[in-house]
This record gives sequence, C-alpha cells and structure tokens, in this order.
Amino acid sequence: MTILESPPVTAASKIFNFPRNAWYVAAWDHEVTAKQPLARTIAGRPLALWRNGDGRAVALADACWHRLAPLSKGKVLGDEIQCPYHGLRYNSAGRCTSMPAQETINPSATVPSYPVVERYRYVWVWVGDPDLADPSTVPDMHQMDSSDWAGDGETIYAPCNYQLILDNLMDLTHEEFVHSSSIGQDELSEAEFEVSHSERGVTVTRWMRDIDAPPFWLKNMRDKFPGFSGKVDRWQIIHFEAPSTICIDVGVAKAGTGAPEGDRSQGVNGYVMNTITPETARTSHYFWAFMRNYRLESQTITTQLRQGVHGVFGEDEDMLAAQQRAIDANPDHEFYSLNIDAGGMWVRRILDRMLQAEGLPSAAAAK
Amino acid sequence: MAVNTQTWWQQGRVVETSDLAEGVRRIVLAPDRPVHAVPGTHVDLRLDLDGHSRKRSYSVVRSDDGGRRLTLGVQLAPSSRGGSRHMHGLEPGDVVEMTGPVQSFPLGVGADRYVLVAGGIGVTALVAMADALRRRGADYTLVLAGRSRRVMAYLDELVEAHGDRVRVFVDDEDVRLDVGELVGEIAGSPAAARTEMYMCGPIRLMDAIRRAWAAHELPEPNLRFETFGSSGAWAAEDFVVHLPQLGRSVHVGKDTSMLDALEDAGVEVMWDCRKGECGICQVKVLDVNGRIDHRDVFLSQQQKETYASLCLCVARAARGESGSGSADPAAVTLHLP
Repeated sequence: MTILESPPVTAASKIFNFPRNAWYVAAWDHEVTAKQPLARTIAGRPLALWRNGDGRAVALADACWHRLAPLSKGKVLGDEIQCPYHGLRYNSAGRCTSMPAQETINPSATVPSYPVVERYRYVWVWVGDPDLADPSTVPDMHQMDSSDWAGDGETIYAPCNYQLILDNLMDLTHEEFVHSSSIGQDELSEAEFEVSHSERGVTVTRWMRDIDAPPFWLKNMRDKFPGFSGKVDRWQIIHFEAPSTICIDVGVAKAGTGAPEGDRSQGVNGYVMNTITPETARTSHYFWAFMRNYRLESQTITTQLRQGVHGVFGEDEDMLAAQQRAIDANPDHEFYSLNIDAGGMWVRRILDRMLQAEGLPSAAAAK
Repeated sequence: MAVNTQTWWQQGRVVETSDLAEGVRRIVLAPDRPVHAVPGTHVDLRLDLDGHSRKRSYSVVRSDDGGRRLTLGVQLAPSSRGGSRHMHGLEPGDVVEMTGPVQSFPLGVGADRYVLVAGGIGVTALVAMADALRRRGADYTLVLAGRSRRVMAYLDELVEAHGDRVRVFVDDEDVRLDVGELVGEIAGSPAAARTEMYMCGPIRLMDAIRRAWAAHELPEPNLRFETFGSSGAWAAEDFVVHLPQLGRSVHVGKDTSMLDALEDAGVEVMWDCRKGECGICQVKVLDVNGRIDHRDVFLSQQQKETYASLCLCVARAARGESGSGSADPAAVTLHLP
C-alpha cells in the first residue's frame, strides 16, 4: 500500500505517451552486427545500431552532424561508422573522427550516443537522460538466456500505441474470443483473478482448476507426458515490469496434483516473454518469445512452439491494428473500463507517474 | 539525450546578479520559453554594442528548475569585443534577447576516465559537467588553473563539492599547471586510450594541450574543447584590412571582429559558425604587416604558420611583441572569394 500525497489523476488516455527515461529493447542481439548498421526508431528517436571492433553494440542518433544524412545507410569500419554522404566518421561515443577536405575536426562535431546494455538476448537502449541510465533497472527477463529454459521468439511490428499491447497482455480473458482454436476456453472468463502491484510492477494471477486442456496445452502435456489425457489445473500469472515488459508464467498440470500449492512436477510450464518498445505514438516493436523448462533438448518443440505462438499472436496483431484504426476513426469517444482491466489500469498508473516525473503529459501529442 | 543544436530566439529577464570573483559577474536569466540546459550547453545573446547588434556566446553554468533559471558567469575582459562590459552593466529587471540552450560541447557517456581542464573563466563551461560526472559516479579529475585565486570564479564551491578530484593551479602562487606533466600522466595511465578530456580556457593553454595530446599520440577525438574565439595570442587591438579587389581599406576596432567590421562596411562575405570552427569564412591572406592572431580551431597549426589564409570571424592582426611600440596599426591584405 502506498499512502498518497496527492490523489492520482485518472489515466485512460487512448494514445498513451511513453517515458523516455527507461530501457527499451531496440533489437534482438543477432540483429545488430559489425557488417551493416540497423535503422530503428526507439521511443521516437531514429537510431543507427551497429557493433564496434570490440563487438560492443552502439546506438547513435541516425543523422549525421553535418547535413543529417542517415548514418544507418553508411558503413561500419572497425570502431567507426562512416556517413554515406560525405564520409564523415564517428566513433562509438558519437564523436566525429574524420572530416573531408580539412586538417582538423570541428570541435562541435558529435552525434548523440545512447547508453546500451546487452542482456537476455536483447540490445536495450536508453534514449532519455543518460545520467539516469542505471543498468540494474533493465527489466528481468532471465528465462531468455538461462540454461534452465529453452525457446525462441520473433518481433511483431504492430501498428498501434504500445499501451494497447500492454492492455492485451494484462488481461487474458480475450483468449476465449480471439484465440478460441488454440488457447481459448470458456473457463477464462469464468475464473476469478487476483491483482497486486508494487512501485514498478503489477501481477495478475488466475487459476482454472479441473478443466479440459485446450489444444495448445494438450499438445505440450503430451510432449512431456506421452499419451496424456484427462483434466488439468491451468495457471496464468502475468508479471508486468515498468515501462513495458510483461512475462507471463503459464502452464497446466494434471488436475489435483498440487500445482496451485507449488508442486508443478506433474505439469508443463512456459514463460511468454513480451517486451514492447514504442516506436511512435501509433506504432510499436513487439518482441516476444516462448520459453519452456521441459524437453530442453528438443529443437522440434522450440520450432513448434514458436510457430504456434506466431499464429496466436497474429490474431492479436489483427485485433490491435483494427482497434487502433477504430480509435483514430472515433476521436470523440472515450475508453471505459471493465472489471477485467484492473491490471492494465495499474500499469497506466505506474506509467503515468513515470511520465509525470519527466514532466510529460500522459496523452501523446496528436498525430 | 536532449540535444539541441538549433538556434531559436526568445527573451530572457535578468533576475539576479552578483560578483563571483574579481571581474566576474554572475547573471541569472529567466527565459520566456524555459528549456533545461544540459551540461555543455551555452546561450547566445544578441547585444546592442555601439549601435550594432552583436551575438555573444556564454556557457550555462547552472540550469535550475527545468531551465527557468539559467546562470551565466561573465568575465570583464579589458580587451574584449565589448560584450562583457555590456553584460556587467545588466541589472535585475533588464530584458535580453537570447537563444534557447545550444549544445555544441556535449559530455559523452561511457569513457573510463574524464579529465576536465578549466583555464580562468573557461570554468563556466565545466561546472555542470563536473556535477554530472559526480552524480554518475564516474572517474574524473577537475583541473582548475588561473592567474590568482581572487579572479577564479567558483573555486571554493568546486573544491568543496569535488574534494580530492580537484587540482588547483594558481600562477601568482607559483603553482603552475604543467601541461606536459598533465597530459603525460594521462598517456601513461592504463585508461589512456579511453580517457576523454574536456577543456575550456585561453587559446594558448588549449593549443599547448593540443600539442601535448598529439605528441603523446592520444586519440584526437577524445580531446574535446569549446572556444568562442574570444581569446588569442595577443590582446585585441585596432588594425586595418586592405582589400585590393575593392580598392578599399577597412578599420577594425579592438571591440569588433574583422567579420563584423567588413559587414558593417558593406562588404559581402560568407560565414556560418562565427566562432572559428567551421572554416566557411576562410579567406586568402596576401600580405601582413605585423602578426596574424588566428584564434580559430579550423586551420591546423601548420596551416596557421604559413599565413596563407585566416578565418574572418575570429582572426585579428596584431603588432606583436616587436611592433607594440609602433604608432602604425597592424594590417592584413586579403583576397576575398
């Protein structure tokens, strides 16, 4: 419980603003190379991402100091990147190291270099005040590269505000309607759920006991317990960490074998790893992976799960794009909340505090 | 990182003035459109000097309350181009035309070690950087050099804030900054190639550091500096520019730059940065009577020694040591593009 000094504002902005003082995933580690710069816009900042001679990932503003040509169209030359237009070169600190047709280097010639951390198979970038960039605040996604877990994922380029994706993941009731052929089932909207929150986190817990496993989970049970049939206890424990990482502890176990009490040995457990990076107010990079802690040796299962979740998330993508279009087509309509939105509303409250601390409004600027 | 390299104008009200040290005035401005000034930024002020509108640049020492209060430190330079006299005359309530914070001296992130070197009033560009480095927990050293403690602004405050990280050198106490030793120590340290130096001060000090930096083969991009072209090898004095193409000669007063004097005389010249960095206003020198005080950082040392060209925005002619008793002013003859 927090004792409030002043009442919080109601934050149901439809186009939610994003904090700048935060770590966002800019790319999968393998996407950033010493061969070719990668152009990607993170939290409104166009970046050129590349690796220097030490193999360290570098994020520079994607505009040359001189005439703003995009550095991402240039070349990586060892520890430097060369502008494609007039050949100015920059080191990983963003300082110009070479200018054409003169013997000195203009002392003002720099491009912003943003703090970067590589962790959990991702390249994280901080586009806000660099003095606040503390690597210990990178959201926990340790399942991504732990030897106890195996799996893989993809990136969705989502044409919607990032908050819509957070809403989607903070309440999984929609599985019953959007994903009826794979993971949806009637019990989702019937089961009780619990919400708790801390300064930077929100957790939503839902247990469904003694139910039939939907197709996705029946297949997973049979991967671990060949020939399995029967009832299961199913869980979804959604962990949000600010500003936009959601790791969902999901699984099913043979009904009545003690999973709700902590013994998951008779079940299968996965983690749906999601981290959403706002690109603009209306577009997002959605990085996801599905990790599991059983049958770690099987690449076949890794591939099947990645393909399976790809299909499920494709259904979300269509819904999110359609929702954003409807929001834009109905500018004078408000959002209303349901009981199931409690988790998503706590997320908004946390984001709103972060935005306030940066002196930013909770609604993003109009298009 | 909020990087603003764009210049936009606004009004600022003087809300406080006080003396920081002998000949150094603290001026606090409240801008119309406040923007937080990050370390390394400066503001340009448009001053009315003898009926001419002139732009002068001043480092932002502190930015408080999200940029609602910007503190400048201005040294009264007897041989200045007139700006500092005007600034010292400001009183609370006065209104000035000013830009938003402009960044041309950004503090980097990720170096193993930072060495900040302030010569005299150059300290104003480094106070905020030192604070930022302390907050980050970075490894840094702050070198403060001046003629006398009496004229060194922020000296006590910085010693108190940064303790052992400060090294103070005072000429009149015979504790002089030995540039060779300072740069040699950096070059001999394990972090040599990953040490960034940020310096601001008289051009003679900065030239000496640049030479030592090059002699020790330290990476040139790691040496950062800012100069507003306001100091030279000799004090500013009156001189004459001869323009044979136009059959004209233009007098340049000690308070005026050559570029301003030519423009005031109706001579069309091209320019951009007006602080000796970009080289756009470079012109050919045909003849010199006296010495050229280049004051720019565009031409290399070697180029400067040939006297073949100069940057109009900051370069001056001077009689030099030998001719300082002469009644005739120094002169340069230029070929304009």
